[in-house]
Amino acid sequence: MSAPNRTRQARDNINWLWEWANPVKFMWFSGLVLPWLAGLTALVMATSLIWGFFFTPEAVNFGTSVKILYVHVPSATVAISAWFMMVVASVIWLIRRHHVSALAAKAAAPVGTVMTLIALATGALWGQPMWGTWWAWDPRLTSFLILFLFYLGYMALWAAIEDPDTAADLTSVLAIVGSVFAVLSRYAVNFWNQGLHQGASLSLDKEENVADTYWIPLVIGIAGFMLFFITLVFIRTRTEIRLRRVHALELRERMADA
Amino acid sequence: MIALLARDIRLALRAGGGFGLGLAFFLIVVTLVPFGVGPESDILTRIAPGILWIGALLACLLSLDRIFQLDFEDGSLDLLATAPIPMEGIVAVKALAHWITTGLPLVIAAPLLGVLMNLAQPGHGWIFVTLLIGTPALSMIGAFGAALTVGLKRGGLLLSLLVLPLYMPTLIFGAEAATRAIDGFDNTTPLMMLAGITLASVALLPFAAAAALRINLR
Repeated sequence: MSAPNRTRQARDNINWLWEWANPVKFMWFSGLVLPWLAGLTALVMATSLIWGFFFTPEAVNFGTSVKILYVHVPSATVAISAWFMMVVASVIWLIRRHHVSALAAKAAAPVGTVMTLIALATGALWGQPMWGTWWAWDPRLTSFLILFLFYLGYMALWAAIEDPDTAADLTSVLAIVGSVFAVLSRYAVNFWNQGLHQGASLSLDKEENVADTYWIPLVIGIAGFMLFFITLVFIRTRTEIRLRRVHALELRERMADA
Repeated sequence: MIALLARDIRLALRAGGGFGLGLAFFLIVVTLVPFGVGPESDILTRIAPGILWIGALLACLLSLDRIFQLDFEDGSLDLLATAPIPMEGIVAVKALAHWITTGLPLVIAAPLLGVLMNLAQPGHGWIFVTLLIGTPALSMIGAFGAALTVGLKRGGLLLSLLVLPLYMPTLIFGAEAATRAIDGFDNTTPLMMLAGITLASVALLPFAAAAALRINLR
């Protein structure tokens, strides 16, 4: 096979993916899977929370308060993943100009913000009995606070610009530059202060892991929160697409009147 | 480009309030702090490097929206965009002009204001050095924020919300470098990181800012 032929084939192979960026096709597909997705989310989240809350032993040093883990860790994971997803969607928008991508990034931001807030709030509730303080300037806590500020700035920029395409462009640039600075802040904060926060609850390194009895419902919990995030982003993206359509219809009507 | 630099500096000096405002604001912030925390000299000594850094950062923030806003409103930014110099160059020159008219005076004034804050003896030099290394990054990051918000009618508040989180690493390493030096520790690492942030910002952010400006001028 000649070289140009091969590149064309590679392009065709990936083209099926981009077809899903067509708003009509996206609406059809998301409408189809949304009830199933929502049901699955409810099932997985309920499993993890009920298992975690009622059927795990209380930890020796922690007491019952350890159970907030099943909300704290998954929400924190989703809070970070949501930002990653926004950056990827922003890059896709800047390169391929698919509107669904830009709208999905916009739809993910408030969800990510709330997840960050949940992680901070449950962390504070947990920290009060464990560390004796609601808040400490620990690197992990501080990084999350900074992440929260990044989310606020991102959403404020979306809200401030009237033209939707300009807003999508500028917020995408902000998301990309912001991520570089967010990572930089993470290292700066690590350098700046030593922490109270324990190490990673989950990692591939077996030594660091929490015990298996906590581990399994926690992993299910993270899966549940991820599904929850995907469901919410689907719903919100659908709303955004409908909003665009209504806007376009209104414009057309006004043009017809004039 | 040199002509543009000269023009921007001249405008900042002559068009009222831009130049001295940052310095006056810096002075006021540093004056207010003792009223807030009390005049005990040992407390002031301990927080002096941080306060001076935060004061310089806020004073820098104050004049950011002037970088592009006036030129955007009177249309000269459109002319510059069609000029035969690349947009990245325009952004870099405008950030440089902002640094010369705002950052540099702050750097020079900071050791003097350190006297008000009862700064420890080797601190004056170190505040000067760390600010000298760090403030170009503040101007460049600010120019990026200003480029993002240039099309907005009341972008000032939004600009602060966008730029302040981006300032965090610079502030952490800058203040840390100064504090460590004053406490007699080795401060090579934060100093290198600070220099790294400045160099990377100056090298990379003009591209992001130029992209944002092009979107806004579209």
